[in-house]
Amino acid sequence: MSDAEIKALEKAIEEIWDKACELGLDPFPIHFEIVPATVIYEIGSYALPGRYSHWSFGKAYHKMKLMYDLGLSKLYEVVINANPAYAFLLEGNSLIQNKMIIAHVIAHVDFFKNNIYFSKTNRRMVDEAVTHAERIREYEFKYGRKTVEEFLDAVLSIQEHINPDLFIREERAEAVERPKPSPSKSGKYDDLFALDEPKRETSTKTDVEEAPRRFPPKPEKDLVRFIMTHSPVLEPWQRDIMAMIHEEMEYFVPQLQTKIMNEGWASYWHTRILRELDLTDEEFVEFATLHANVVSPRKGSLNPYYVGFKIFEDIERRWDNPTPEEIEKFGRQPGKGREKIFEVRQLENDISFIRNYLTQQLVEDLDLYIFELRDEEEWVITDKTWERIRDQMVADMTNFGFPVIEVLDGDYNGNRELYLRHRYEGIELDIEYAKKTLEYVYKLWGRDVHLETVVDGETLVLHYDGEEHWED
Amino acid sequence: MLVHRHDWSLQRKGYLDQERHRERVREAIRKNLGSIVANESIILSDGKKTIRIPIRSLEEYKFRYDYRKKKHVGQGAGDSRVGDVIGREGEGVGPGRGPGAGDQPGVDYYEAEVEIDEIAKLIFEDLELPYLEEKSKHAVHSRQLRFGEVRKTGILPHLDKRRTLLENMKRMAKETGRAQIGPLHKEDLRFKSWDEEIRYETNAVVIAMMDVSGSMGEFKKYIARSFYFWMVRFLRTKYDNVKVVFITHHTEAKEVTEEQFFTQGESGGTVVSSAYRLALEIIHQRFNPRDWNIYPFHFSDGDNYYSDNDEAVRLADELIATCNLFGYGEIGEEEYAGYRRSGGALLSIFTERLKNKDRFVGVRIDRKEDVYPALKAFFGRRGETV
Repeated sequence: MSDAEIKALEKAIEEIWDKACELGLDPFPIHFEIVPATVIYEIGSYALPGRYSHWSFGKAYHKMKLMYDLGLSKLYEVVINANPAYAFLLEGNSLIQNKMIIAHVIAHVDFFKNNIYFSKTNRRMVDEAVTHAERIREYEFKYGRKTVEEFLDAVLSIQEHINPDLFIREERAEAVERPKPSPSKSGKYDDLFALDEPKRETSTKTDVEEAPRRFPPKPEKDLVRFIMTHSPVLEPWQRDIMAMIHEEMEYFVPQLQTKIMNEGWASYWHTRILRELDLTDEEFVEFATLHANVVSPRKGSLNPYYVGFKIFEDIERRWDNPTPEEIEKFGRQPGKGREKIFEVRQLENDISFIRNYLTQQLVEDLDLYIFELRDEEEWVITDKTWERIRDQMVADMTNFGFPVIEVLDGDYNGNRELYLRHRYEGIELDIEYAKKTLEYVYKLWGRDVHLETVVDGETLVLHYDGEEHWED
Repeated sequence: MLVHRHDWSLQRKGYLDQERHRERVREAIRKNLGSIVANESIILSDGKKTIRIPIRSLEEYKFRYDYRKKKHVGQGAGDSRVGDVIGREGEGVGPGRGPGAGDQPGVDYYEAEVEIDEIAKLIFEDLELPYLEEKSKHAVHSRQLRFGEVRKTGILPHLDKRRTLLENMKRMAKETGRAQIGPLHKEDLRFKSWDEEIRYETNAVVIAMMDVSGSMGEFKKYIARSFYFWMVRFLRTKYDNVKVVFITHHTEAKEVTEEQFFTQGESGGTVVSSAYRLALEIIHQRFNPRDWNIYPFHFSDGDNYYSDNDEAVRLADELIATCNLFGYGEIGEEEYAGYRRSGGALLSIFTERLKNKDRFVGVRIDRKEDVYPALKAFFGRRGETV
């Protein structure tokens, strides 16, 4: 890129920034950087610059890079949620492409800053990720690359199983420590216990009966934290790695929870902002082409850009021009569209966004449908009822698409074995995958592991003892 | 607001982790060589350089839903109707193929793109050519020139400019204390010099024989084909010039093209000696054992005419006497893997009656996975030569 081009780009950024703020966007300061394709794909596949090394990132990188080399797909930008935010632009974008991307990026950063689900995210995560990478590198040096890699394989297999509810922080620390059967209770029957005291020392049986041990006290959804804290076999460096991965996942969870909204929001704003710029006819055509590319429906799967974009536009339209019924029933005033979408961007996540704002009209306009496998052979459209489509989308996004697995007992069989339960809600697990993942869990826990789930309406428990799988 | 640019040229993290991933792929391939060797997409690749093979052990396992047992939300172009078929299973359509809303994990069995040469390298790692040394004596040799040496004298056209300048800098550094280029002296000059290299050109001929009698079905032919595919490739790594002669036989033998060899319809009974006789004739006419390394291989299902067995054994002995190695592969029925034939089959007759068994290798192949062990049996490392 020549200096003149850089100057032109800087000027465009100023102009778009001013326009965006004038329209009500409120982003963090942004650090813009032009990078070559190899770098943008690297940042894209690691999701953070300078993150630790693992072959799975290499695999993602290779895949993305290959798609780019073959001209099948292109990553125009990567935005990082941080303060200041980072925006990496692909070298070789034309000026008008960059204008659209810059508007898009500013809206993403506005979303990061103002959506409530991001309010607890670590805005210094880029630095944090780099120190994580350094520590992991040291461990590799100390314990061997292969050892660390195999350990990472195991941790990454359960990395999504953390507790993503960022608003309800439980008292952790000692609270989930393994409970000791302690007689020190204070209640109205204390004196009765005291009478029993001599007897209890000789008879352990009654002891078990009266204080059924629960460990954890209630089902624990955060597998990573539970195993990290209570595994009988992990070394300090291994617990450290788990803590780092837990921290990084906490940072990524809000992004997983707001994919449709975030992309919809950014697409909505790049359209609005670009409309307000003075573009030549040619520039406008190029912009329209790129925009159409980004927000076009994708066959067979949902394009989050498109769905989110359409919903935001629809919300704005409905709140700008409420029906007489809405005015009467909800006291809705016309012309409140802009205000409403800002409220939505602040308070919703994908689940509530879809549940509250995906209307029958939109489902029809977007031509959404439910499809499933018939006779193990063909994928067939089976339903176009809008409520069921909406509910299916919500179900698919619950726990960001992953089954909920809980620790039911960390001292199963009285032998510190680990008993997990899949909270079955009508969708079965991929059993082959579950078995392989159990092998990883075994590696982390060091004792027999068990997983309870449901197959064909019946409870099934998978067991793995480090050598063999069996089920009953 | 400023736009930043940094020098990223030393950034290689993605590349390095990609290499880590490739290493894992290689490991997985090594573990699965048995099934990869007879993989259709390789054997029928028709000169393609890379192939895609599914490798299960590279998946990133997680607790995930069984995508085939759940409903998904999709999007049409405005005209979708209940009952429309949007794809067939295993065809790349379906959930999880794109960044879908729920981002449900989809069909993510990993297909590694691997160069056939790379697989070949792994397969051939353990293989070697038995009895090669003695033949190389007879190999034709050729002369070649090679620039390898550097001298202080020579003719100007052979001046090695880079080395000359280096010498000059060294001398200047010694004399002036600074490494720089100064006036050239005669002692700075360096010349390239060439050597004559004698290369041995080795020739090998594979005589591929196959039974095409009525009992040789698609599966058996495929096995033979996979075997020859790797054998020819392997021999090409060892010899400069590998020729393949194809002979098919039922009650009579004839020389055919490669195309015919693998596609010809099957019929009739089996007289094995006819093929061996033709092979001997061809060797006699075209491939003098003094100049050629000869590898006859024969695939059959072992059902020879009873009265032909004596003759077959006699000719096999004769073949062995003229060749480096005679291989015989007996292919069983896929469905009856493990089922052993009675003593009437050719393999047991050969093992019992051949006079010279050192250069005979007989194997039985019942399943595709047996091809790799067969290759190893034929070309595996041997203790000592005769």
